[in-house]
Amino acid sequence: MTQQEIYPRLTKIMRDVFDDDNLVVPPELTANDVEGWDSVSHITLIVAIEEAFGIKFKSAELEKTKNVGQLIEQIEKKTS
Amino acid sequence: MQFSWLPVREDFDDALREVKTLHATDAILTLRELATSRLDLAQTSKLDRALLNALKSHPSLPGLEPLRLAILGSATTSHLPPGVRVAGLRRGLAIEVYEAPYGMYWQELMTDSSGLHDFKPNAIVLAHDARHLAAADGATADSALELMQSCWRKARSAFRCQIVQQTVMPVLPELMGSNEDRMPSSPAAVLNEINHRLPQLAADESVDLLALDHIVLDDGLTLWHDPAIWHRSKHEVHPRAAALYGEHLARLLAAARGRSAKCLVLDLDNTLWGGIIGDDGLEGIILGQGSEIGEAHAELQRYALRLTERGIILAVCSKNDEANALAPFTSHPEMILKRDHIACFVANWTDKATNLRTIAKTLNLGLDALVFVDDNPAERAIIRQELPTVHVPELPDEPSNFVTTLAAAGYFEALRLTDDDRARASQYQANADRERLKDSATDMDTYLQSLRMTLTAGPFDSMNLQRIVQLINKTNQFNLMTERLTEPEVVARMIDPRWLTLYARLTDRFGDNGLIAVLMARIENTDAILETWLMSCRVLGRGVEQACLNLLATAAQSHGAHRLIGQYRPTEKNNMVRDLYPGLGFTQLPETDGPARFSLDLRDFTPRSVWMEINLLHEAMVEQ
Repeated sequence: MTQQEIYPRLTKIMRDVFDDDNLVVPPELTANDVEGWDSVSHITLIVAIEEAFGIKFKSAELEKTKNVGQLIEQIEKKTS
Repeated sequence: MQFSWLPVREDFDDALREVKTLHATDAILTLRELATSRLDLAQTSKLDRALLNALKSHPSLPGLEPLRLAILGSATTSHLPPGVRVAGLRRGLAIEVYEAPYGMYWQELMTDSSGLHDFKPNAIVLAHDARHLAAADGATADSALELMQSCWRKARSAFRCQIVQQTVMPVLPELMGSNEDRMPSSPAAVLNEINHRLPQLAADESVDLLALDHIVLDDGLTLWHDPAIWHRSKHEVHPRAAALYGEHLARLLAAARGRSAKCLVLDLDNTLWGGIIGDDGLEGIILGQGSEIGEAHAELQRYALRLTERGIILAVCSKNDEANALAPFTSHPEMILKRDHIACFVANWTDKATNLRTIAKTLNLGLDALVFVDDNPAERAIIRQELPTVHVPELPDEPSNFVTTLAAAGYFEALRLTDDDRARASQYQANADRERLKDSATDMDTYLQSLRMTLTAGPFDSMNLQRIVQLINKTNQFNLMTERLTEPEVVARMIDPRWLTLYARLTDRFGDNGLIAVLMARIENTDAILETWLMSCRVLGRGVEQACLNLLATAAQSHGAHRLIGQYRPTEKNNMVRDLYPGLGFTQLPETDGPARFSLDLRDFTPRSVWMEINLLHEAMVEQ
């Protein structure tokens, strides 16, 4: 799956999880930039992504994922 | 697949957006409908937030029963509340959740000044994780169970509320394997022993179990638990299983509040058997041994029959000619369900929403007590639209999975089984049968005859005394004088030769109606004065009044009475018997200050005709 395909789906998931229909998710976006992106909703986000794309993140991968851009790269790698 | 019994809502996002524009009542209806659709993780949390917002603006939500639930866990539980609230909404509960701070369940319980004590829960779930109970060095089942027990007792004395204990999720690795229990110190063996002993212990203390060790079997432990998530954030229940956890927990909360379904309504063609009885005929439908499909349908029948043994009522709702629909029940050798098992049988060409309303009314149940099982997606969709509170499970294409789907949906969750539950199905069935017969009988006499009634009567005796006293003190409607009496007062009349006493029981082809009539008359010179006449309203209009009059008149005659005097004292509730005596041929006597009085001449009395067999007990009244 290409980044262009992943981007709109990830945006929808993040809008659902953070309950903000107008959320824009540029690659440099981090948890600090989004209201309600705390440790609890982070788990929800990760699991929602795993379910939606049918993938599974490794602990090490998550630890080094710092922003949306890196998250999309991880998804791209796992769905290719 | 999770929640396979719930239908998918394609318009979820749009419908949820619309909720914000609705008034409280409509908002709740929409939210509740959305809660009964199949939701993924993000949708669950979205719906939950919409519910919380609605609760904020309308503190008392119309149609929802409020409930305060405390979740006391030994590990992370912060992902559980949305699933519980949504599952509660699915059942008409507005659940407010309190969570003990991480790992603090014990302090919260034991300290009377804690947030938990301020919260005053109506229900508590104790969510002990496996590692907390069984993985520490020297952990034993004894100490784990003692810990649980002290939590229950403290919770009970402090809150007097429902207590739910989750069983231990089987997440600890085995050291030996299949015969792990032969190494009692192994954490996995300790865990097994805890789960093995919990049911008895919980039953003894009236604690309800959330049987995670069984529940995880449906979708597999790998869905429910992931060691990586445990290490990352101490979630024992995987966030993707949180909604299922909430569903199973909400079932227990709803069951304790009488909100479990009570009646299974079955479609016939391609549900109870394969094929269409109207087209394929008795020989053509597929049912029972020799065919995979036939066995699958028989399995559903067997499951339904077993449900009746624990108090679930069965009904049929089918688009068919009634004669066709009934034929398999009477004539197909592979039918497991018989006509007698069905409390309310509706087969016609009326729309099913109307018929489901009829079924609910006939059985005197709310629509939310019905589970409607139909293979036809169009019928299911119509019922969901027309009667959103009826439970309508999605059925798989494979009939072999009908039963697993129905069982997984958990509509009939129950916490304990009473003798009433075991007897219920047959009682409902008898009442519905009488009603149906009444509809079909062409005239009243034919109907009464077809009931094949037997009235068993006699003077009061010690064996029936309790029920007689109970009726005297609680009957309001068919009660001529509404005179309440204590047991000693009744006994005094029972043994006094100047009093005639009579009770009667009624049985019919549908069952025993029990002791349903009580009469007492005082002999004064040549008058027999009826001081008490009361009857259970269940048996009105069936000639029991006439039969009782016949019996009492005969007894009074043999005591030398020439007149029977009836009396009526009006109350707020006994208007129905105002004209009883005139209706039975009594003449009204001139009015005095007391009750209205009526007289019947016994010297030319001819017994009224009745359609029942009279069985006068050995100590016949005439010999009294």
